[in-house]
Amino acid sequence: MAGAAAKTTLVHRPAWRVTGRWVGITGLLAFLIAPIVPLFIWSISFRWFYPAILPTEYSARAWTEVINPNNDVVGVAWNTALIALVVTAFSILLGVPAGRALGLYEFRGKRLVEWLILAPIIVPGLAVVLGIHVLFIRAGLSNSLPGVILVHLVPTLPYMTLVMSGVFANYDTDFELQARSLGAGRLATQWYVTLPAIFPGVVVGAMFAFIISWSQYVLTLLIGGGQVQTLPLLLFSFVRSDPAIAGALSVVFILPAVLVLLLSSRYLSGDSAAVGGIGNI
Amino acid sequence: MTQVKLSGLTKRFDEKSEPAVDRLDIEIESGKLTALLGPSGCGKTTTMKMIAGLLRPTDGDILFDGSSIVGIAPEDRGAVMVFQNYLLFPYMSVADNIGFGLKMRGVSRSEIRTRVRDMLDLVQMPGFEERRPKQLSGGQQQRIALARALIVQPNVLLLDEPLSNLDAHLRDEMRELISGIQTELGITTVFVTHDQEEAVVLADKIALLFEGRLQQFDVPDAFYETPGTVDIAKFFGGTNFIPGRCEDGRITTAIGRFRAPHTAVDRGEAVLSIRPEAVELGGGGGNSVRGRIRSHVYVGRYARFRVMIGEVEIEVITDPGQVKKLSDGDEVSVRFDPDKIWILGPAADGKDGRADSDSARQPAG
Repeated sequence: MAGAAAKTTLVHRPAWRVTGRWVGITGLLAFLIAPIVPLFIWSISFRWFYPAILPTEYSARAWTEVINPNNDVVGVAWNTALIALVVTAFSILLGVPAGRALGLYEFRGKRLVEWLILAPIIVPGLAVVLGIHVLFIRAGLSNSLPGVILVHLVPTLPYMTLVMSGVFANYDTDFELQARSLGAGRLATQWYVTLPAIFPGVVVGAMFAFIISWSQYVLTLLIGGGQVQTLPLLLFSFVRSDPAIAGALSVVFILPAVLVLLLSSRYLSGDSAAVGGIGNI
Repeated sequence: MTQVKLSGLTKRFDEKSEPAVDRLDIEIESGKLTALLGPSGCGKTTTMKMIAGLLRPTDGDILFDGSSIVGIAPEDRGAVMVFQNYLLFPYMSVADNIGFGLKMRGVSRSEIRTRVRDMLDLVQMPGFEERRPKQLSGGQQQRIALARALIVQPNVLLLDEPLSNLDAHLRDEMRELISGIQTELGITTVFVTHDQEEAVVLADKIALLFEGRLQQFDVPDAFYETPGTVDIAKFFGGTNFIPGRCEDGRITTAIGRFRAPHTAVDRGEAVLSIRPEAVELGGGGGNSVRGRIRSHVYVGRYARFRVMIGEVEIEVITDPGQVKKLSDGDEVSVRFDPDKIWILGPAADGKDGRADSDSARQPAG
């Protein structure tokens, strides 16, 4: 039945669905891509005053500044990416088991744990980080790269955990038992059976984690204390002083987010269990 | 060839509730096909998972060929379980699914390929290597799941409700396939089912479980001819139970005195049990009483009559021709063949204290 239904929709897709799809794509472009266009124009403009729709004079100055090794934009971008990657890795390592526990098992205090995990994204980040800051100074973690990485986990872990708990809520552990029964050890079972089943969810969660860390401003500023430079800090310092450079930096800043979205788009389809997970939030 | 012995096997999921499996003692013969039969929730799948090593027993022991395997990890037991819903790995091809167990044992790729092909031949699905599980019908998935288990040459093959997800004609086909393969390979096989007919047709021996306890472990025909309790007889389609007292191979009931040489109790309170197909209508002779037909249905292959003997209603299944001779309200002679009467202990004999519970209810269908 289900198979037959799927086949029919493949052949004749109802008209409203086709229209809906185009409305969706146009909306996506308007809201996601359109704001980037003026930023890019800013980055190559030299003179751009009120009545003119486009700049009256162009210049590559901002982009030469961005590329100029003395300004170390590339170094900072690399640093930002490195932090985001390490944060993502830790989010996966901690968030997958946590999500599994929440998605599969009933235990005493489960509600409380769920609330505690959600807390960092409900309570204003500034309030959280001020408390953490005091703790980190005592522990000698402030103004350091490890400190920044740790504090980035505060907003990334809840997302990772929630996505994974949704994935595991739809997951049948009998597949693991079946693998064990057929002769797979614990590790082999995780690798050959569990991982492929949850992979789309891990990709979606990792994408969240990466982008949240990549765009982190307040946490990096307070815990890093200016010692740890990332793109958002650099970008912010140019916003008032030099709109052209700020525009160019914004483009550099947005690029990875768009890339990550494109690369992982196939895991965001409606059929994916991971999206079911987001639905559960 | 492995002999499996369950000894006092017990599983409790939590402290307070009744055990799911309660002190089970079963000796499963090597190379035979044994059924774990019982209504849903009787602990049969739990027992199977303990044999497979996927659940840890609370108490008791499981022995393969005399040595305990309770401490051994499931992957090292050589007991492979095939789940009720097949659980083919969805992101692997049919060949990778079947070859999974060999891959885990470090067998070379080329050998895996040959043996997968042999297995596909065995389950009569040659050429299916590159298909995905989603592209297969339920019956085909079942075959692949079976092939995936057989390829590792298990000592013990465990099948959880192997036929329940298939429609009628596929079920017969699959039943023959399982029975054929089992006979050919001689693997000690245990299968779980709630369908007594399935157990009778397929199994060499049946272990009947109610509420986690072993009721009877016997060859299939014993459950029809010499069931241990009224509950067991009811589970196997017995419908006529008439209480009375027995003495010296005779039983005295409210509807008369009958000769009954086959008995589980020597004397005292007892229950006369006779299967509906063993009752004869209109014959007369010894061991017969007068009754009146209350209603009947014509089923085609047979006819079913309800006959009142005094205040007692009994069910009789006869050949369909009887419908032409007898009609509702007729008085008729009812004969209980002494060889087909089986005298049981009294229904409320306190055995396990729940002879009247609904544990003997028949499965739907």
